[in-house]
Amino acid sequence: MRHLSGTIILALGTLLAVLAAAFAADSLFRIHAIILALTLGIATIVMLRKVQVSGGKEVDRSGYMDEPVRIGVILTVFWGIVGFLQGVLIATQLAWPEWNIEPWFNFGRMRPLHTSAVIFAFGGTALLTTSFYVVQRTCRARLWGGDGLAWFVFWGYQLFIVMAATGYLLGITQGREYAEPEWYVDIWLTIVWVAYLVLFLGTLVKRKEKHIYVANWFYLAFIVTIAMLHVVNNLAVPVSLLGVKSYSMFSGVQDAMTQWWYGHNAVGFFLTAGFLGMMYYFMPKQANRPVYSYRLSIVHFWSLIFLYIWAGPHHLHYTALPDWTQTLGMAFSVMLWMPSWGGMINGLMTLSGAWDKIRTDPIIRMMVMAVAFYGMSTFEGPVMSIKYVNSLSHYTDWTIGHVHSGALGWVGMITFGAIYFLVPRLWGRKQLYSLRMVNWHFWLATLGIVIYAASLWVAGITQGLMWKEYDDQGFLVYSFAESVSALHPYYVLRMIAGLLYLTGALIMAWNVYKTIRGDVRSEKPMAASAMQPAE
Amino acid sequence: MGFLDKHKALEKNVSLLLVGSLLVVSVGGIVEIAPLFYFQNTIEKVEGMRPYTPLELAGRNIYIREGCYTCHSQMIRPFRDEVERYGQYSLAAESMYDYPFQWGSKRTGPDLARIGGRYSNEWQVQHLTDPRSVVPESIMPSYGFLSKTKLEYENMGAHLKANERFNRVPYTVQQIENAVADVVAQATPDADISGLEERYTYDGRFNVPLGDFDGNPEEITEMDALVAYLQMLGTLVDFSTYVPEDNYR
Repeated sequence: MRHLSGTIILALGTLLAVLAAAFAADSLFRIHAIILALTLGIATIVMLRKVQVSGGKEVDRSGYMDEPVRIGVILTVFWGIVGFLQGVLIATQLAWPEWNIEPWFNFGRMRPLHTSAVIFAFGGTALLTTSFYVVQRTCRARLWGGDGLAWFVFWGYQLFIVMAATGYLLGITQGREYAEPEWYVDIWLTIVWVAYLVLFLGTLVKRKEKHIYVANWFYLAFIVTIAMLHVVNNLAVPVSLLGVKSYSMFSGVQDAMTQWWYGHNAVGFFLTAGFLGMMYYFMPKQANRPVYSYRLSIVHFWSLIFLYIWAGPHHLHYTALPDWTQTLGMAFSVMLWMPSWGGMINGLMTLSGAWDKIRTDPIIRMMVMAVAFYGMSTFEGPVMSIKYVNSLSHYTDWTIGHVHSGALGWVGMITFGAIYFLVPRLWGRKQLYSLRMVNWHFWLATLGIVIYAASLWVAGITQGLMWKEYDDQGFLVYSFAESVSALHPYYVLRMIAGLLYLTGALIMAWNVYKTIRGDVRSEKPMAASAMQPAE
Repeated sequence: MGFLDKHKALEKNVSLLLVGSLLVVSVGGIVEIAPLFYFQNTIEKVEGMRPYTPLELAGRNIYIREGCYTCHSQMIRPFRDEVERYGQYSLAAESMYDYPFQWGSKRTGPDLARIGGRYSNEWQVQHLTDPRSVVPESIMPSYGFLSKTKLEYENMGAHLKANERFNRVPYTVQQIENAVADVVAQATPDADISGLEERYTYDGRFNVPLGDFDGNPEEITEMDALVAYLQMLGTLVDFSTYVPEDNYR
């Protein structure tokens, strides 16, 4: 009777969603409940076709559970392209406002869709997928909790993405950056996340290795801390149990501090700790070298997770947040530079004795570039957190550029590296379809990031200086509108940069598709063209 | 290698690793957030702050719904250029009834903390409908559909109630019960505003923008609510009685 309980749960969920639509307190909740009912209904039908009442071959549960990892890799590529495309679209809207289509596709609704698509859909699916893969290998144990728990976590998270994304376009938002989903979607994510924590802990407990491998420390810290941040930051009072709207638990200055405690650590734990876990497994694997320093990984792990949490107030410099909190946040942000570079050094130096692989292996090259961008943006961050620098950079596009050198450079590149590592292994192929296409992806992405960061540095500093410029009579020189039109060329450049990055991802999607099919491209081997070292 | 040996205990025990990381990541938040609720001086002593009227609250919800915070801040920093461009720097007290806060993080458009009363209702409506007709350099999307969308305000009482929960916003029973009537009174020209005035007079001042906001007195639209909200932003605190020196933190 496989799949029967899952099918029944989905059918019940569909029924509840239909009831919620029928008794909705407001029109937005009704539409959102209908979307939920449709999603669950389709899932029920798909599952019904899979139900086997009797017979059928027994599933082998002795090996690793890799089915969610396979689907996860495909979905990571899919969400990546959706998120990058969404980024190109909103970049186009900033360059040419005619691209806004009211009400659903205005910038204000599209921007949360972009940020959530890349952080939670692309990044989150990548983290879930790789953590499933890594924890099984490093523990030599199948995922704990039977197949049901893993599938619940996997598809439950995808349902969260669908509900969050459709909500944004409908205008369902809490108005908190990177925590936009409303209260009922937040409750759903909490349930899924607790199940994820239980699944991960259970697998660690039944491990056959004595030590818990360093990648798992980072994955665990990421899961635990995100649970804490998500619950506290999303505390809210709903207007009605069948309505979309809620009002946050805290207001004004306390709310701002809570939100940026969350917001900065969405960066620190979602986009850093989790992806460091990825780095600590896939980089040594691909390079076929051990992690550089065991001692460094201990020191930088504990100092990183301790210091990151304090850095939130640097998003609120010179605001109505009390000065003591701002200064504390700045001091810890500067200190954070050290453990961040600890991770960078540990990643880069893993290549010691194998530096030639940067020349011969485009996947290693991608991972090295990821770690280099990690180092770059974790240096830029502390600089921007210094109050004096922040007085210029805050509210400008410099911040956007900084975020993207981290997101496109570090998060994106390390994920691409992991995908190229995983696809041949998961589908039992000897090699990727094409290494030369990986190389193309590498250069398109790198060029894209460099143009992106450079154009927004110029844009941000231009903006900041124009706002502050006085003439010799003591009057402000520029109106705000003049600073807007001055940015147009940089916004166009940024859109082109995004397009380059998106093109690279499309090449990856083709490469992944052909590899899964088992094709191998006839091409000149990568290493052959390179010059040989002197003997 | 004493410390590496001790660390082995953590590496071999899931519970220790879990509890250890949870403790380590809790400290920063406790030290930085908790005192903000207890230090009396976190929020300045001011006169004139009042909770939002139901129409303003509905407008604020539209502001949040449309993601205005993705491009506009509501937080003027204490710099000469910002004070000259936007007005008096923002105080913590001014967002004490903001659930959630909307300080923002990016100025693709200008700060809106003190936009209230800067422009006429007609300008606001024209600008929201077709931004480039009044500011040619603007890259703002147009929001003309707000004028065509009837405001859903029948359950504003429940919204006030949700704000009042756990003694957060000091809405009175009268304010909650009369929420719908107060929406109508505030947005209708020449309406009887005696009830509204009685309920929303604070520190001896009745400081509420009144009348038809969207140029269509027949109907209360989302444009009415949003413009009513914009027109009161940053106008509440009476700065003639505010003493900065008493509020250094």
